[in-house]
Amino acid sequence: MRSFKQIVTDFGWPRIIIFLFLVLLFLMPPFAKVTGIERLAGVASISIPASFSDVFNRFGQNAVFVLALVPMIQSGCGLNFGLSLGILSGLLGATLSMQFNLHGAAGFFGGLVLASPFAVLFGGAYGMLLNKVKGEEMTIAMYVGFASVFFMSIMWLLLPYTHPDMVWGFAGKGLRTTISVENYWIHILNNFLAIPGGDVTLSPMGVKTYEFLFPTGELLFVALTAFLMWLFMRTKTGTAMTAVGSNPDYARAGGISVDKMRLVSVIISTFLGAAGILVYEQSFGFIQLYTAPLAMPFSAIAAILIGGASVNKASMVNVLIGTFLFQGLLTMAPSVINSTINSDLSEVVRIIVSQGIIIYALTRKTKVTK
Amino acid sequence: MSGKMTPGRFLRENAVIIIFIIITLAAIQPSGLSLTYIVQELLTRLGRNSFLVLALLIPIYAGMGLNFGMTLGAMAGQIGLIFAINYNITGVNGLLFAVLASMPLAILMGYICGVVLNNAKGREMVTGFILAFFMDGIYQFFVLYTLGYAVPMKNPAIVLSRGYGIRNTLNLDIVRQSLDTWWMLKIGPFSLPMASYLVIVVLCLFIVWFKKTKMGQDMRAVGHDMAVANSSGIPVNRTRIIAIIISTVFACIGQVIFLQNMGNMATYGAHTQTAFFAVAAILVGGASVKKASLANVFVGVVLLHALFVVTPNAGQKVFGQAMIGEYFRQFIGYGVIALSLVLYAWRSRKEAERQREGLRGGTAAAAQGGAK
Repeated sequence: MRSFKQIVTDFGWPRIIIFLFLVLLFLMPPFAKVTGIERLAGVASISIPASFSDVFNRFGQNAVFVLALVPMIQSGCGLNFGLSLGILSGLLGATLSMQFNLHGAAGFFGGLVLASPFAVLFGGAYGMLLNKVKGEEMTIAMYVGFASVFFMSIMWLLLPYTHPDMVWGFAGKGLRTTISVENYWIHILNNFLAIPGGDVTLSPMGVKTYEFLFPTGELLFVALTAFLMWLFMRTKTGTAMTAVGSNPDYARAGGISVDKMRLVSVIISTFLGAAGILVYEQSFGFIQLYTAPLAMPFSAIAAILIGGASVNKASMVNVLIGTFLFQGLLTMAPSVINSTINSDLSEVVRIIVSQGIIIYALTRKTKVTK
Repeated sequence: MSGKMTPGRFLRENAVIIIFIIITLAAIQPSGLSLTYIVQELLTRLGRNSFLVLALLIPIYAGMGLNFGMTLGAMAGQIGLIFAINYNITGVNGLLFAVLASMPLAILMGYICGVVLNNAKGREMVTGFILAFFMDGIYQFFVLYTLGYAVPMKNPAIVLSRGYGIRNTLNLDIVRQSLDTWWMLKIGPFSLPMASYLVIVVLCLFIVWFKKTKMGQDMRAVGHDMAVANSSGIPVNRTRIIAIIISTVFACIGQVIFLQNMGNMATYGAHTQTAFFAVAAILVGGASVKKASLANVFVGVVLLHALFVVTPNAGQKVFGQAMIGEYFRQFIGYGVIALSLVLYAWRSRKEAERQREGLRGGTAAAAQGGAK
């Protein structure tokens, strides 16, 4: 029987504080309505159904990214600060799918198929590089990620895309900073079996918007991916991967090729990063190019760490809880903080929480082992 | 540095520097810039950036890698400048005030950074990097919400119209280039900011002297092997914290020098690239995570900034788009950091393997000898 203190130490104070803070945020809106909104006439009141809808939506939007971190953590490559490579392959897939004029489900899954060769190629090269620099993976991953984002920024300007919906209107070449997928595959997962609720507003164009929309398809996709990952971690390869991460020498003695396992984990992570950005885009409605992928790995990493993962251990539960807590916080904090103290502190809160939890995780392991 | 210097080995050990020289030389022609302009830009940038790059040296000696946490010092320097502008202290006095006012903050920041890095031994660089992000959040909170709200500000021109928080861009006209123009030497078409150079020379002399002191020697010992240093009675954690504090304070002064040359300050953005440019410069100059010298600093600043001066124009001329040059700059900066970290990690692994092999060969020979 573990004592309460032991459980608290294992889970970590920062996580408990964040969890309590989120609970507080969910409890706040009714009071915010009374004290805040009446005082500040003109500020829209916080609708609880809409907030929940947002939280579910953003959970699905980001969960695949977070899931992408699991294989590399398990194989001992650490936190994948170079997730941007996966995101870039996903962006290549998305833009190619649009260039080939693929619509609807064909557009989304076509994007995924088109992204896969890039993911395997980038992931493979990146994995081989990380195998050469064992022990320094995280710092190098971060800079490789940054460098590739800027390299691809040059490429977005130079690659011969021609589709008029994507390139700059006047120049006729070079991709736009944000590309709308509205007429292609927007909400293709979200709207699949979606459950509407709450008030309905009808736009002049005749499009119905619901106050609450449960994005069933998106969450099913996340559940499926998470289940496949869970299954994979229990196959022979998955177990070997965990063994490599736990003790490389022991794994090698057991006849496992350490480098190969790490390479496989990096490729899977990169591929999931590509899938993640496609899921994100279909929900968000836009393809964001150029410097947009720079910050994305950090929020994914913060999420998995808030969920209880460490630099060398992560599970599906960490992914799901972490994404829910982190995205919940990001969704609720702006509206609640803005309406109660009338200030845009939320961005600062986001930075402090997400970077703080990464520091916590980076400084923690040494304490445990010593 | 043992063994023969073959051409192959020379190329391997100076790969970064050679790649850099080739790219810069190739970009000078299409950029269409005159050599006079490039040299003058480099002279200015040497005065502007060298101090910040020098701030990286001491943590490298102490074996803590590249101090990405130097951003903390830069933030402290900016807060000092905000107050100098607030109290309307002009010229070099304003700079002195900024440095003195931010010194306690820089020392505190350095201490915090040192303690955090001591808890993350073996991954100081990535932790320092994230710590800079984290402190950026705190800095934003302080400057955007408390200045003018909890801390009264005298000068309404620097405060946002809502009554609290500092404006996005801070005009540094009252201290603008006050150090640079204090003693400007004109040689032919070039003007040399001698006062800035003098400050940099003083810092170089300090570093040379510091390496010879007891503390400096302790740092080298800690950098070489923490366990050995510990057993010979050197307080390892304390020494490492001091190394980071010194670096943070230098970064604070360096940022003030940097900003007085720029003449205005992006309140929420000026510090974000400080560590990136400094680290890229020292690595381009041929330093590694474990080894760096004064020469690396100056060679690095000249090479990196020569490239930065020419690429925007070259990008414009070759591709017809200025943005390409801008992205290329960033790509090169991050790419160089990645490449030199990779080369270093790869080399040290090779070295370890060779040593292990040598050991194995040795024991095998000994065993054979015993069998005879």
